Amino acid sequence: MNAVARGSSERTAASLPTFERVVDLHGPAVLRFCVVQVGAGRAEDCFQETMLSALRAYEGVRDAGSIRAWLFSIAARKAIDAHRARARAPEPVEEIESLAGTEEDAQRDDALWAQVRALPDKQRQAVTLRFAGDLSHGEIAAVMQTSEAAVRRSVFEGLNRLRRDGER
Amino acid sequence: MNAMNDDTNPGQVEEALRSATSLDPTAWARLRRELAVRATAEDLVDVAFERHDSPLGAILLGATTEGLVRVGLPCEDEDAVLDDLARRVSARVLRAPRDAVTRARRQLDEYFDGRRRAFDLTLDWRLTAGFRREVLRATTQIPYGQTLSYRQLATQAGSPAAVRAAGTALATNPLPIVVPCHRVLRTGGALGSYRGGPEAKAQLLGLEGAV
Repeated sequence: MNAVARGSSERTAASLPTFERVVDLHGPAVLRFCVVQVGAGRAEDCFQETMLSALRAYEGVRDAGSIRAWLFSIAARKAIDAHRARARAPEPVEEIESLAGTEEDAQRDDALWAQVRALPDKQRQAVTLRFAGDLSHGEIAAVMQTSEAAVRRSVFEGLNRLRRDGER
Repeated sequence: MNAMNDDTNPGQVEEALRSATSLDPTAWARLRRELAVRATAEDLVDVAFERHDSPLGAILLGATTEGLVRVGLPCEDEDAVLDDLARRVSARVLRAPRDAVTRARRQLDEYFDGRRRAFDLTLDWRLTAGFRREVLRATTQIPYGQTLSYRQLATQAGSPAAVRAAGTALATNPLPIVVPCHRVLRTGGALGSYRGGPEAKAQLLGLEGAV
């Protein structure tokens, strides 16, 4: 009977989408973000850890409109953990099942994202959130806990550096 | 300032970054399955659901840890069914494996094959309460292939005068087929309404040899 009371009254104000829809809508972008941040070999773990953490905390989310930024702040934390682990122990170069469509796609993506991974922390995060996560500057500012102006600067500097790398 | 704005002045690098994130659908499907399994193992899924193909069409089956909580008929809007579960049970709704759903799928197959006359499933009744729940419990007692009128059902539920309320209870049955509200007809034998549409009601009664 307890369950009934809970079901019919307390939850009426909440309007969170099902977690299934959160995965549908934002999951692919989170996965891409992880691939770029930590490399294909560690991306799956980073993705799973992000989603499980999010699911653990999901019922506490108060604003359904900020779910995307909230999800990426979790992903950014997981990616930093994995990034540090990566710096300590470079990932093995052996066969890793590709997440990209074709071998060609994978190679092209990998080359570019390897350059992104070599960027300084703030630039790397800002560029990845902008282009792999497809977040707005405002959302990135929320994730990185900084100002929108600082985000624009980091994206700008990161892109400049990538351009220079590309010309070399 | 224009150079600062990467939205209005997309250069080569930006274009490459945007397109360099292809994702293989097979790999994505595998990751989702793994997520569902891990989330279930860590007890993070409050409502697990799956779609099940039946002669009526795709049926949605949702279960809590307590049992089967929702059967969504083909004519119901799936998103609406899931949103309702998110609102009334928990937003931690995920397509994930769960024994209660697997059992329900097997028994539904047997039922539609004509090999099963009664369901043996643990039900979670939380989506219905009070008199409506009494009516639905009384409905589970109607044997396979037999029918009652709304008036007879109201009597069985303990309130002979509450015919209209009995009708409402059936119209909002969260567990159709399993709780066989299709076995309740208008006095005189007319089909009456059904959450899954009159055709589905006729099809189920036909299957059971009741019409």
